[in-house]
Amino acid sequence: MNPSASALRQQFGDAIVRAAESCGDTIVWVRPDRIVEILGWLKETPGQAYNYLTDITAVEYRDTEGPLEVCYELFSLTRRVPLRLKAILPTDRPLEIDSAVALWSGADWLEREVYDMFGITFRGHPDLRRILMWETYAEGYPLRKSFPLRGRFSRSEQVRQALGANPEAHYSLEELGIAQLYHEVPADMRERLARGERGRIAEPEAEQAAEEDADG
Amino acid sequence: MGVTATPTRTGGTIVAEQVTPNWLTTRLDWLVNWGRANSLWPMPFGTACCAIEFMATAAARFDLARFGMERMSFSPRQADVLICAGRLPFKLAPVIRRIYDQMPQPKWVISMGACASSGGIFDNYAMVQGIDTVVPVDVYVPGCPPRPEGLLYGILMLQKKIRGETLADPSIREEHPLGPRALRMPPDKVDELSEPFGNSIHQTRSA
Repeated sequence: MNPSASALRQQFGDAIVRAAESCGDTIVWVRPDRIVEILGWLKETPGQAYNYLTDITAVEYRDTEGPLEVCYELFSLTRRVPLRLKAILPTDRPLEIDSAVALWSGADWLEREVYDMFGITFRGHPDLRRILMWETYAEGYPLRKSFPLRGRFSRSEQVRQALGANPEAHYSLEELGIAQLYHEVPADMRERLARGERGRIAEPEAEQAAEEDADG
Repeated sequence: MGVTATPTRTGGTIVAEQVTPNWLTTRLDWLVNWGRANSLWPMPFGTACCAIEFMATAAARFDLARFGMERMSFSPRQADVLICAGRLPFKLAPVIRRIYDQMPQPKWVISMGACASSGGIFDNYAMVQGIDTVVPVDVYVPGCPPRPEGLLYGILMLQKKIRGETLADPSIREEHPLGPRALRMPPDKVDELSEPFGNSIHQTRSA
């Protein structure tokens, strides 16, 4: 067992639920309220020095009444020791947990992915948007157990919504790397970029009505 | 240069030996189709493992250049045939549609592999169940992934199809822009094409 587990229990008391070892990895279950405090302590304390955040992910178990877990895979580059933290999120209240972006900038996209797939909200995240699915995706959170494998909509509706999405809408100007040049690009390009920043699904009824108006 | 005829003493005519045929008669359809079929420029749309087989097809051993296709067109505006090599997620559906719309006529589409043709093993929330629900397809190449021979056979089939086309029928080259529902076919047709089949019917257990 990784000695960090007992150090955590000593430092944070009842915020630590339990600890176990599995396949040589130590797993520490914690309550979600103090997660950033715990992560910060593990990162900054000299004897711990878990300075590298490998991954953030989440897991939902078959027991749909049971809690979800947000998993933090930590690694100490100096001591070469891994540690897995699991924050227990009960499902009877909104799925929310504090964001770790202030500690690791790399947590940004990892938390976006967890938000995209599980619908867990990270409080204090600078830019919490979907990252894998497109922004106008309306079927829910695909990795939740309640999500049907083929999605909630019919295939034709899925194709329609997908084709209605704007392929350029997934990237912010920062991600496109031209944010600094925004004011230097030609006006028409600026306009196109501004238009493409967020996607919009065309409402078929509205467009059909418009067509009928045009015909009449 | 025409045919030079020289009168002889015996009254016959000798056709000059340096005659070179510089004209021929043919059907316009045959000539156009011959040109089109033998200079297909592919637009590789490689999204998955099929793209590896596609690269192998283009490389030295299988040598796509034998069929006039050595020039990969990474811009759709200079491409003739869109080869969708790999699965198509819903997120890429508007992309492939835009690429297809940007290609000038005449244009053809090859759907390479099980995933591009039918969704393959990916009968889930994220995958288009056959790219024919998004763009019209000329040739389907089965396989997971198809071997280069399979793709070559599909290309030869496409060439055969092109040789059978005629300029007299303009409907072949008609463009069908997406309708108000952003679908290229009626919704129930899309649902029918996307129905689970084969192994994927068992997936309903967890759905």
